[in-house]
Order: sequence, then structure tokens, then C-alpha cells
Amino acid sequence: MSNHAATLVAHKHPGDVEGVKIGMWLFLFTEMLLFGGLFIAYAVYRSIYSEAFHTAAANLDVTLGAVNTIFLLTSSLTVVLGIVALQKGKQKFAVLMIWLTVLFALGFMVNKYFEWSVKIHHGIYPGSPELLASHDKGEIVFYNLYYTMTGLHGLHVIIGLVVFFVVLYFIKRRPVVTEEMPFDILKHVRGGTRLAVLSEKGDELGTVAELDDKVELVDIRLTYEPVIEKMDPRNIIKLENAGLYWHLVDVIWIFLFPLFYLIS
Amino acid sequence: MSRHAVADAVRTQESYLDVKGRYSGLFGWIFSVDHKRIGLLYLGSVFLFFIVGIFLGLFMRLEQLTMGETLMTANMYNRLFTLHGVIMIFFFIIPGIAGTMGNFFLPIQIGAKDVFFPRLNLLSWWLYLAGAVLALFAIFSGEGMADTGWTFYVPYSVQTGTNVTLALFAAFILGFSSILTGLNFIATVHRLRAPGMTFHRMPLFIWSLYSTAWIQVLATPVVGITLLLVILERTLGIGIFNPAMGGDPILFQHLFWIYSHPAVYLMVLPGMGIVSEIIPTFCRRIIFGYKAIAWSSVGIAGVGTLVWGHHMYVSGQSSTASIVFSFLTFFVAIPTAIKVFNWVATMYKASIKVEVPFLYALAFLFHFLIGGLTGLMNAAISVDVHVHDTYFIVGHFHYTMFGGSVFALFGALYYWGPKMWGKMYHKKSAVVALVLQLIGFNMLYLTMMYMGYQGMPRRYYDHLPQFHDAHLVATVGSWFLVTGLLMMIGTLIHSIFKGEKAPQNPWGGTTLEWQVPTPPPLENFDVVPTITSGPYNHKEEAE
Repeated sequence: MSNHAATLVAHKHPGDVEGVKIGMWLFLFTEMLLFGGLFIAYAVYRSIYSEAFHTAAANLDVTLGAVNTIFLLTSSLTVVLGIVALQKGKQKFAVLMIWLTVLFALGFMVNKYFEWSVKIHHGIYPGSPELLASHDKGEIVFYNLYYTMTGLHGLHVIIGLVVFFVVLYFIKRRPVVTEEMPFDILKHVRGGTRLAVLSEKGDELGTVAELDDKVELVDIRLTYEPVIEKMDPRNIIKLENAGLYWHLVDVIWIFLFPLFYLIS
Repeated sequence: MSRHAVADAVRTQESYLDVKGRYSGLFGWIFSVDHKRIGLLYLGSVFLFFIVGIFLGLFMRLEQLTMGETLMTANMYNRLFTLHGVIMIFFFIIPGIAGTMGNFFLPIQIGAKDVFFPRLNLLSWWLYLAGAVLALFAIFSGEGMADTGWTFYVPYSVQTGTNVTLALFAAFILGFSSILTGLNFIATVHRLRAPGMTFHRMPLFIWSLYSTAWIQVLATPVVGITLLLVILERTLGIGIFNPAMGGDPILFQHLFWIYSHPAVYLMVLPGMGIVSEIIPTFCRRIIFGYKAIAWSSVGIAGVGTLVWGHHMYVSGQSSTASIVFSFLTFFVAIPTAIKVFNWVATMYKASIKVEVPFLYALAFLFHFLIGGLTGLMNAAISVDVHVHDTYFIVGHFHYTMFGGSVFALFGALYYWGPKMWGKMYHKKSAVVALVLQLIGFNMLYLTMMYMGYQGMPRRYYDHLPQFHDAHLVATVGSWFLVTGLLMMIGTLIHSIFKGEKAPQNPWGGTTLEWQVPTPPPLENFDVVPTITSGPYNHKEEAE
């Protein structure tokens, strides 16, 4: 009883999708406020150094930024398609869509890598002597904010990637099912008989030692991996929450892109 | 189903302390997802830090016993008050009530079997532990503990060679832990209330925890990013707050207080919730102005997020901003006063049963009145300019945080302790401890306020001759206080191991935790109760 109850506690509300979503949304609020602090800093400094922000933004590569925007927007589409597919039970298509999302995210990071490398190559990075000597304070603040905000955003893209891999693992995993069937012996068998579990073809899968008359009840516990890829309904909410997180990453970028690339 | 029928149904179940889970011994605790065990884990850990914090404070008082260097150098004193602040705020008060009493009683009081995300709950304790380990590293490695004060103001926090980065990172992790607790509580209150438990039938402790949880979720990330920015400046040279790179140090103060002011309500609201539970129980009557108290919690949480600028009257922020912040700070006193009036009105003409928890609730009221009214003085710009960064401020916030919130927690330990570990305490030693605490507390902090008003600045390891007598009084007061605190902890530990067995409902309480066995069974309720009336219905009890 007690052991059983202890495990129950951990998996008590698998069915309450609404509650799980409340949790996810609350987490998204915290993420928004985390970035919110940076957006406040951006607003304050842009109002102080609007000229310098204008000049510095001209040095950012709008094309690369635009490509990355397209990457992220498209990946938000693929993840939504994945969710719908999973809801309709089309698991293979869902997996394909998640992989596409992952590819777009990787593309985003590769792009970002080249973009940052070029900047760093030109000596524009936080605390570089060149940046401090040849740019005015407003531009330095601009680049400091640029690296902090896109950097933190990039970190979130990486976290998103990890989340998608976790979801993929859960979708791909064939659930191991354990079923317990108490079997009332007295009604069916007498002492000296042997119990066996047979497959459809008649192969013996498992046997129990000979039973004598004292036995009254046999517990049969079957643990098996179903052949048909039976889907765990909890995977849908997992993917939905991963999708919500991904949309947040996307939305933050949608604000970052114009604020840094398009203000010149 | 009536409350009594519920009580009969669950009486036979095994206590959560005796249940054998997957693990036994220590692992049965640190890997348990039972909200009650996690509550006790938190209780043990926060009190460990509390004791460390007490002694740091005591050493600071001893340093002030004589003029000049008494025990330690000025530098050591700086580290001591930083550590005292960091421990008492991040490690003790913030998780102090929500993590301990909240975890234990939130699910029971709303008729649930656990919090909504039990494993996340355990994770939040583990994060707390990780933060603690990091803090230990910060103290004992490299240049040692930070000497910046718990506020970590730039530019000094960027320039000092001490272990600021590690200390900040520890605070960041603790913030995460606090967010997860808040998130869990909100989801629990929304999804797991028993049938019939409408919002306006929830105990007031739940209302206060619910309001607190929103502050935890919405305000903590802001300080998280702020501390992260200081870490980035120290490690990568990204000077967002560095004037040499065009940054603005005042912005740090804004971002810091956007969290850290709501955080003081985060500390005191659960304390107010506890008092709202204790008072109707010992007055044996329905609480006066239930809805007013409930919604004033939400009001405090809401308005409290808009008053941070009152920490910055002398920082150079615009005077218009100061006036607005001053007004809003006065405004937040209204919901606070509503609570105090309602508590007093509940006691008026009630047949009061005087027990230790009730005495603590009275101590809360007394201290909080002084703390709250001096808070109004500080809210006035002209007064604050005079007393800013003096002992007056230190006295003020100890009256609200320590005399208020922490005394409420002590009251809760006596009120709910018998339910948590199933044992009663020794009443006489509990009362003696309280008297010692009251004498010591007021000798210490009232004297500090007096000194502050005369001009004694905070964070100095030395003092001028005219303050010597007052410092002597305060230090002697601290001895009474520490003796009282240690005696109380001793009384509680004694009650856990040697106390008499506690009955199911020692105080005649009417909320759900008194309808389950002592200590509660693993899943609290065998049959989830159906609620038909408000929480403080003492009439049904009398019938």
C-alpha cells in the first residue's frame, strides 16, 4: 500500500493538461521579465544615446539578421505543424517536423557564429581596446547590449535545441508497459499443474514453477514493449510546451531584430 | 460530506513520517517528493542558516561593544554584514515561510494531496542546496566573501577583488529555486482546490501565499538578470553599468530594487497570513473582514511592485520620480493598515485563549506597528534624506522583517509544529524564551533607531564617543535576544524528540489541517473533502 502510494504522488496529475500549461505559461512570464530587464536597459540607453545607436546599428549586417529572422519564423511554423501532426496521431510526420525545427535552429546558430566572428575579427567585442578607443560611449553601450541580448537569446536557442532532443527521445521511445493480473487459482487449477504464458504462436514466454494445493493466488506481472508504436498522450503536452518555449524564443528575436538591425 | 466525517475516514492512516517509500533513511528524505517532507527539509536548512546568521549578527554587535577595533578589522566587518544580509535574506527569510510552512500546509489547507508539481518542488529544494554550496565556496575560496553589502551596488561590486561573482551566482540559483516554488504554488491553488473550496473559502494563509507566489514569479527574474549583468561585467568586461563605457550605475539600483522591494512584501506577506490563521483560532471566532484581508494581500503585492524608488531618494534619481514613489509608498500603507485593524477587531470582545502562538501573533502586531509606522517616516522624502543609510533604517527593517515576519514564523512553529511532528512543546520554556526575545529585540533595535536618528551611520565598524552608551545597550540587548532565540530552538528540538504526543486538534482550529490526523498521512486525505463554508467557522465547532 505505502510503496504504491509513494509512487502515486509523483505521477498524480498526468491528465491535467490545463495545469501543466499554467505552469509553462508562468515559466514563460519569468523569461519575459528576465529579458524585460534588458529591454528596460535598452530603452534607457537608447533614449540617452539615440544618435550613437543609429550610427552603430549601421554596422550590423541586415541580410544575415533577416535570414535568421526567416529561419526562426519558419521553425515556429514547423513546430506547430509537428504539434498538429502528433495530435492527429501522425507520429512520423511530427518527428520529421521536429527535426526540421532543429535544423533551422542550428542554421540560426551557425549564422550567428559567422556574424559574431566577423565582428570580433574587426575588434568589436566587449572590452576590446579597439572598441573602447575608437568609438564613443553610446556605441560602446550599443555593442555591449547587442552582445548581451543576442548572447542570452542564443543561449535560449541552445536550450530550445536540448528541449527538442528530449521531446524526440520521448516520442521515439517505445513505452514499456507493465500489467498486473491477479489470477484466482482455485477456480481454475488443482495442485501439480504448471502455469505458462504463451505467445499467439504458442511459444512459451515464461513459466511458473509447479503449484501445489496451498497456493491460492498468483500475481502475474507482464512487462513488455508493444510492437505497435502506441503513443503516450503525454507526449503531446510535452511537445506543446516545447513549442510554447520555442515561440517565446522566436518572439524575443522578433523584437531584437528591429531594435538592433533596423534602426539605422 | 461534513468536516467531521472526513476526520473519521482518514484517522486510521499511517503518518507520513512512518511511511516507507522507495528509499529509507536520509535518502527517504532528500529524494522524497512528499510536500510535507520537503517542507521539513526546508525547515531544517533555513534554520541552519538562521543560526549562522544570528551569530554573524552577534559578532557585529560585539565589535561595537567598545570604540575602535574590538574583535575584527573594518574589512572583516564589511564581509560580516554582507554575509549576514545575504544569509538572512536569500537563505532564510525568502524561503523561510513559503518553503517551510507553505510547502507543508498549502496543499492540506486547500484539500489537496500534494502540490501540483511534486518533483519540481523537490528540485527547488535541491537548487536551494546548490546555492548554499556555492555560497560556501564564495566564503572559503580565493579572496573570500564579498564585502559589498547584500545589495551588491555597482561600481564597488565590480571593482572589489572579493568573491562577488560566486556570491551573485549563488543568489541567482536561489532566485531560480524561489521562482519554482512560486510557480508551483500558483498552479496548485488554481488546479488542486478541493470541491467547494472557492477562492473566498480559502484560508487567509493561502491568500497570502498566493499573492507572494506572484511576486516570486514576476519580480525575481528582474534581479536575476541584474545580478547576471554584474557577473558579465566582472568576467567579460561587458560594462552595462560602467560609466567609462557609457553605462549608468543608477540603472543597477533601479533594476535591483524592482525586485528587492517587492521582495520585502514577499517576506512579510506569508507572516501576515500566519497571523491571520492564529488570531481567529485563539479568539474562537470568525475573522473580522475576511475579504478585506484577503484582497489586501493582493493589493500589497500589486502596489508593492511600484514603490522601489523610495530606496533611491538620495541616489540622484529625478525628484519627480521621488515624489511619485513617495506617494505610492504612502499608498501601500493602506492595505497594510486594513489588515492590522481587522486583526484587532477580531480580538475585540472575543473569548481569547492565550497560548504561545497567540503571544507571538501579538508580538508580531507590536513590532510590525513600530516597523510599519517608521516605514511611513522613511517614505517621506525629507525625513528619509536625513535618516538614509543610518541605523534608523536598520532598526526599521529589522522591526518589519525580524520582529514581524520572523516572529510570525516562530508563532507558526508553535502553532503548526504539533501537527508537523506530532509532539507538543514545553509551554513554560517557550514563554520564557519569548520574553527574553522581546526584551532583547526591543533593547537592540529601538536603540538602533534612536542612534540612527542621532546620525549613527550603518555599516561602520566603529562609532563616535556620543554613541557609546547606546551601543552598549544595543549589544547587551543582542545577548538577551540570542539567548531567547537559542532557548526557543532548544524548546522546539526538545518537543520533537521528547514532547508529549499532540492531539489531532490541540487549539480548536477550524481549517482543514486540523481535520486530518497528527501527523498527517502520506496523501493527507483518504477522501478528498467537499467544502461547504468559509475557513473560520467556529459556530459549527460549538454545536
